[in-house]
Amino acid sequence: MSTQSLPHRFPVEPHLSNFPANGETLGPVRVDSRRPTPGLPKVGLTDICLSYRTQSGERLVALDHISLQVRAGEFLCIVGPSGCGKSTLLHLIAGLHAPTSGQISMAGKPVQGPGTDRILIFQEHGLFPWLTVGQNVEFGMKMKGIAKAEREEKTRQYLRLVHLAKFEHSYIHQLSGGMRQRVAISRALATEPDVLLMDEPFAALDAQTRDLLHDELERIWSDTGCTIIFVTHNVREAVRLGDRVVLLTFRPGRVKSEFPIELPRPRHLEDLDVAGTAREILDELREEINRSLEAEYNAGVKPHIEPGVSA
Amino acid sequence: MKRAARYIIFYAALLGLWTLLAELKIWPPYLFPTPWGVAEALWAGFADHTYWIAIRVSMERVLIGYGISVVLGMILGLGVASNKFLEDTMGGLLVSLQSLPSICWWPLALLWFGLNQNAILFVVIMGSLLSVTLAMEDGRKQMPKIFGQAGRNLGAKGFKLFWYVLLPASLPFIVSGLKQGWAFAWRSLITAEMLYLSLGLGQVLMMGRDLNDMSAVIAVMFLIVAIGYVVDGIVFKGMERHLQNKWGLAPAT
Repeated sequence: MSTQSLPHRFPVEPHLSNFPANGETLGPVRVDSRRPTPGLPKVGLTDICLSYRTQSGERLVALDHISLQVRAGEFLCIVGPSGCGKSTLLHLIAGLHAPTSGQISMAGKPVQGPGTDRILIFQEHGLFPWLTVGQNVEFGMKMKGIAKAEREEKTRQYLRLVHLAKFEHSYIHQLSGGMRQRVAISRALATEPDVLLMDEPFAALDAQTRDLLHDELERIWSDTGCTIIFVTHNVREAVRLGDRVVLLTFRPGRVKSEFPIELPRPRHLEDLDVAGTAREILDELREEINRSLEAEYNAGVKPHIEPGVSA
Repeated sequence: MKRAARYIIFYAALLGLWTLLAELKIWPPYLFPTPWGVAEALWAGFADHTYWIAIRVSMERVLIGYGISVVLGMILGLGVASNKFLEDTMGGLLVSLQSLPSICWWPLALLWFGLNQNAILFVVIMGSLLSVTLAMEDGRKQMPKIFGQAGRNLGAKGFKLFWYVLLPASLPFIVSGLKQGWAFAWRSLITAEMLYLSLGLGQVLMMGRDLNDMSAVIAVMFLIVAIGYVVDGIVFKGMERHLQNKWGLAPAT
């Protein structure tokens, strides 16, 4: 099994075209220090393996020798069947868990534990329900010890960025799903991270809201120049957003192939080019989905995929 | 409206039955007083400040004792919840200790602290500590993991993580335990006060017995129930409402 051929790699080249030079049209937030230096790897994964014991005592390999280089300012999408460990990979990059072996580095420095240079955005419920929208956005800055006046100003600024300024004093349960995700994005950006890690952030939203958030995320990405690693099971979404799409295999998760997406931006989910490229990726993905379905039927129940590390 | 009517009918009937039994004089009045006899005793107790002082002394004790319980219980509960070894060992011990009525600590407290305020406080703490600890442990486990992850991801660690994330995140899950802890603290206090003459409501209650004054005994029993009820209704119901407003539909309790 382990003799599976090495993942097919495309040559990595600097990718300048994605960053519009016309600063005039940018939104209110521009942090020049976060402008990418093209080509320099921002996030480096070297031979990442993760395995753990399930409750029944068998050893499960979730991630198997994953190596990836993510360029500064790149929008990288990771797709794969459910159970391929793509969410787990994000948790590892966020520093919430440690890999069994292999190394994760940020701008060349090894990652040890969580850091506000990498903020994870969860599919749902990542916001703090006991805080108002504004206090949620402020949270990271408060932990950093930033002065109150500056925090308040930045909070408003980042809420404006996601068009939620009016909801600063609302509680999370009063917002719709799409608004919550925008708060989450705003809260993540407020800590001024270099890398946004997004774990199927739009999977629970309705199609219209998702389309809107795609546009918004693309705008924020090009405004701030941050690096984004975006996990999804939706191939079209990946092609719509990404500079590159990485396909992971079903358990254990390996890099099966990589697809650079060179379609011009802005893109739309309905674009023929997007659909065509998605089709190609989907053909490869289908094989993995079939394997995952087979495993599911054979096992009856899905093994519990979650490292047993407590929060 | 309907609910209020039900209340009024129920309590009016209860009061009527009581009056009837007292008026029938089946038992002598010093053993079975009339409602107004009790009301008079209440009035007299407040008029000569006995009850005011007793309430103040008892409330002070229970607040100190309960406060210590809450702080200790949260630390203990968190420790037990986040450490597999402690959970396996101490978790079981805590549950079995909970079957011990808190007043069983009284002899031990007397020998350790002597016949004084500290002995009473000790019994109050032992009465409520366990329920707070177990509630905290349970709350910490029920609390969605994602809050801790998001908190750590946003740069919170150590005490800040506990204070700004884990504690508020687990509040909805521990509020019923805190409430139970309060009830235990209050009961333990009154029991201990009855055994030790030192002002306080428990002592005033025993004084009624010593004076053969059944009206006073019942009056103080009323006070004890009323205070317990008011604290529950104002403090804990208020807390629950507050949490519901913030969280939306209450996740627990």
